[in-house]
Amino acid sequence: MISRERRTPLSEWWWTLDKLLLAAVLTLMVAGIILSLAASPPVAARIGLDPFHFFNRHVVFVVPSLIVLIATSFMSPQHIRRVALIVFAISLVLIVATLLFGPEVKGSRRWITILGINIQASEIAKPAFVVVVSWLFAESARRPEMPATSLSLAALLTLVTLLVLEPDFGQTMLILMVWGALFFMAGMRIIWVFGLAGAAGAGLFSAYLFVPHVARRIKRFMDPASGDTFQLDMATGSFAHGGWFGQGPGEGIFKRNLPDSHTDFVFAVAAEEFGIVLCLILVSLFAFVVIRSLMRAYATEDLFVRFAASGLAILFGVQAAINMAVNLHLVPAKGMTLPFISYGGSSMISLAYGIGMLLALTRQAPGSDIVALNDRNAARGFA
Amino acid sequence: MSEQVLTRWHQRLVRSLLYGRNVDRAVKARARVGFAIVAFALVYAVIAGRLVMFAVGGESPGARRTASQDAIATSRPDIVDRNGEILATDVKAPSLFGEPRRIIDRDEAIELLTGTLPDLDEGEVRQRLSSKKGFVWLKREITPQQQQAIHRLGIPGIGFLRENRRVYPSGPVVSHLIGHVNIDNQGIAGIEKWLDGNGLADLHRAGFATDRLQKPVELAVDLRVEQALRDELLKAKEKFKAKAAAGLVSNVKTGEIVAMVSVPDYDPNNPREANDPTRINRLTTGVFEMGSTFKALTLAMALDSGKANLNTLYNAGGPLKYGRFTIRDTHPLGRPMSLSEVFTFSSNVGAAKIALSQGVEAHKVFLRKLGQLDRLRTELPESAEPIVPKRWGELNTITIAFGHGLSVAPLQAVMGINACINGGYLIPPTLLKRTEEEAMVLAKRVLRTDTSDKMRYLMRLNAEKGTARKADIAGFYVGGKTGTSEKVVNGRYSKKQVLNSFTAIMPSDNPRFQLLIMLDEPQPLPETHGFITSGWNAVPTGGKVIERIAPLLGIEPRFDLPPSDRLILAASKESR
Repeated sequence: MISRERRTPLSEWWWTLDKLLLAAVLTLMVAGIILSLAASPPVAARIGLDPFHFFNRHVVFVVPSLIVLIATSFMSPQHIRRVALIVFAISLVLIVATLLFGPEVKGSRRWITILGINIQASEIAKPAFVVVVSWLFAESARRPEMPATSLSLAALLTLVTLLVLEPDFGQTMLILMVWGALFFMAGMRIIWVFGLAGAAGAGLFSAYLFVPHVARRIKRFMDPASGDTFQLDMATGSFAHGGWFGQGPGEGIFKRNLPDSHTDFVFAVAAEEFGIVLCLILVSLFAFVVIRSLMRAYATEDLFVRFAASGLAILFGVQAAINMAVNLHLVPAKGMTLPFISYGGSSMISLAYGIGMLLALTRQAPGSDIVALNDRNAARGFA
Repeated sequence: MSEQVLTRWHQRLVRSLLYGRNVDRAVKARARVGFAIVAFALVYAVIAGRLVMFAVGGESPGARRTASQDAIATSRPDIVDRNGEILATDVKAPSLFGEPRRIIDRDEAIELLTGTLPDLDEGEVRQRLSSKKGFVWLKREITPQQQQAIHRLGIPGIGFLRENRRVYPSGPVVSHLIGHVNIDNQGIAGIEKWLDGNGLADLHRAGFATDRLQKPVELAVDLRVEQALRDELLKAKEKFKAKAAAGLVSNVKTGEIVAMVSVPDYDPNNPREANDPTRINRLTTGVFEMGSTFKALTLAMALDSGKANLNTLYNAGGPLKYGRFTIRDTHPLGRPMSLSEVFTFSSNVGAAKIALSQGVEAHKVFLRKLGQLDRLRTELPESAEPIVPKRWGELNTITIAFGHGLSVAPLQAVMGINACINGGYLIPPTLLKRTEEEAMVLAKRVLRTDTSDKMRYLMRLNAEKGTARKADIAGFYVGGKTGTSEKVVNGRYSKKQVLNSFTAIMPSDNPRFQLLIMLDEPQPLPETHGFITSGWNAVPTGGKVIERIAPLLGIEPRFDLPPSDRLILAASKESR
């Protein structure tokens, strides 16, 4: 038993931790393993691998992910900031290296092999970026003499430039959305909301004009008859075929034809085999993680914790929402994985890192709010 | 010191621009986190809502359609005629593909390939093999000999895939009826397309449509009848130098289409020909003013209303004036005509008077009841909408009474005439095999039985004394109605360009089949004495067809039958 009597780091962690949040995340990870068993064998068989190739690797990834998740959740806000800064710097270097040395797959360079491990550096960069930017925004409120807003803009532009060079428009969009959300929370004036919305609109429109495959996807979404909508038809077919309770494990038909059933379209496979009810449970788990974290962020007095926690929650929530919306044909097709459910090593480690930080930040340390209050008063006195 | 003040001032400006002046940003941030919570709750609620929609069964039909098109990749069921003769089947054929990335010497590969397959376009092959793709088709569906030859060349990066190729052994004979497939073996016309829309795609998607599991699709068509009809039509088209000819044999009691020919046609093995607009299926895809054939419907309307009988007299001795229009008959009798005379002498004025006596509204209602005003849909995806006058006044009723001013698909007219002779049932036509019982389930009674008896009498009379004499093949008790409609050329009815039709029924006392013959712009010949009316070309053609197909259709020849007034009319009265 973990005792309240003696304050060890472990007991302190345990008693301050948001155990429901941890439980929700662990449930998602378990669901990911089970769904991988359903979704990945057809893909593996199709490309001539052992049927359980992806499943085995998925399980192998879960172990380091769990370690990262738990280890990160032990950290204090100061540690989180420092580690995030280092991780962010390293991943930027790795992305540059990817652009220089990485192999080109399907027209983009996203992977680099280090010590025999394939790494998608842009995945790792995401949570670190969110924390760094949150810190800068918090500083801008606290210490006006620091050019924090400009620095965060610089960080954003660096990362976005690198991502566009890969190119990886899905991640770019995600990063831009999270940065915009953080800027919004940091108290930007409403007029800038319209400015950013306008810029986003213009950006999307120019992507529509100048990037052919973006235009194709949007057109296809608007008018399914205009092109090959095979993946989406298969996905919507899965939902209809599954019904409330699904066809049963292994009984899916559409998954055999879904090219990315183990990554982008896991949600559809889940619907076909385990039913819409399971999908609704997954949706509520994601919603729970996001909203619970945001509530903690709402309650806390520490600006950095508030920004970082909500930023990480938004990163997680937006990614899950986009993936599910694409599966359900609510938005145009966009390659994005479903957190903890989809296959992908880098993505899972990165998510574990992000959620670990979220757990750490949402820990309710006794007295932390008082410290923050003092901080804020001090800041006010200074301004 | 002043420098520091300047920096402070500068910073303040930026801050107030970005964040506003004198705001407690911690409070603002908290409110905005609250906003984010609400936003996320909404987004996830929408996702959950969509999931529930799917579970309840809200599947968009569009998605299913496109999915099915993709799913049909290979095999299709055989299509057979009513006697089991194969009309369409699959054979396996190799297709040639290349993997540009694995080709070592592109020039050599191109040279060898174009040497072996001379019809390959060198430029195109070069372009395809120079792409960076992993897979390109080079030539679909080659012969086994060609495959052998290329295999022996041993070019790396060139391979074969076995594909199903659709073959139509009877060639152009059933072309319009059966349609054709594209290179991916997906039906794109005729019954082939109908097949894809009706379950075949679903089977494929589920992976169950293997070669052995597919039951052949049985059509109503009789290949022998089809052959005979087509042969006679081609001869007639040649003889009368007609632009086109079409013929249809329909089972009066089931609505089955036993034969359907529209020449010029095309070879479904070479579907490119089908794009030629002169080769359309005139029976379903074209709409025409059917001419005097339509008088049958006008008379049936009058008889069925109970207001007229066969002997009712109509004042049709001279021309009919309506406004600035004058309707004339070619051979006016100069005296009032009875209803049956109107039919026998094919009097336009008489038909107009009959229709007028029923009234415009009744005329419209009757034609709609007989399915002449709405688009007729069959299994064939190709269908045409009738051209109905937008404002239908008395003048329209006058002209439509003798078959002008309303354009319908010939198949539609056949369906209407069928109802006039089969006891009064409107039966939707079909290309699939159908029994009488199945037909009666779909049938709708539109006429009284005795009306149908009288119509049969009138049509038989036409073959005994009227314009259809040349088709009265002994033993089959043929009845019929001719139609010669002048075509509209440059906005006027032309005397030289006509569309002739002949509708025959056999045997008239208890009709089993209806035959429609159409000739588009037949030319006068010495043997027709310069006439181009239906009785001189469509009717003799019909006679020849009947002579050949009646035995095939299993109509027993009976000789020395009494004339129609005794055999049909008397029997009709007795039975009531």
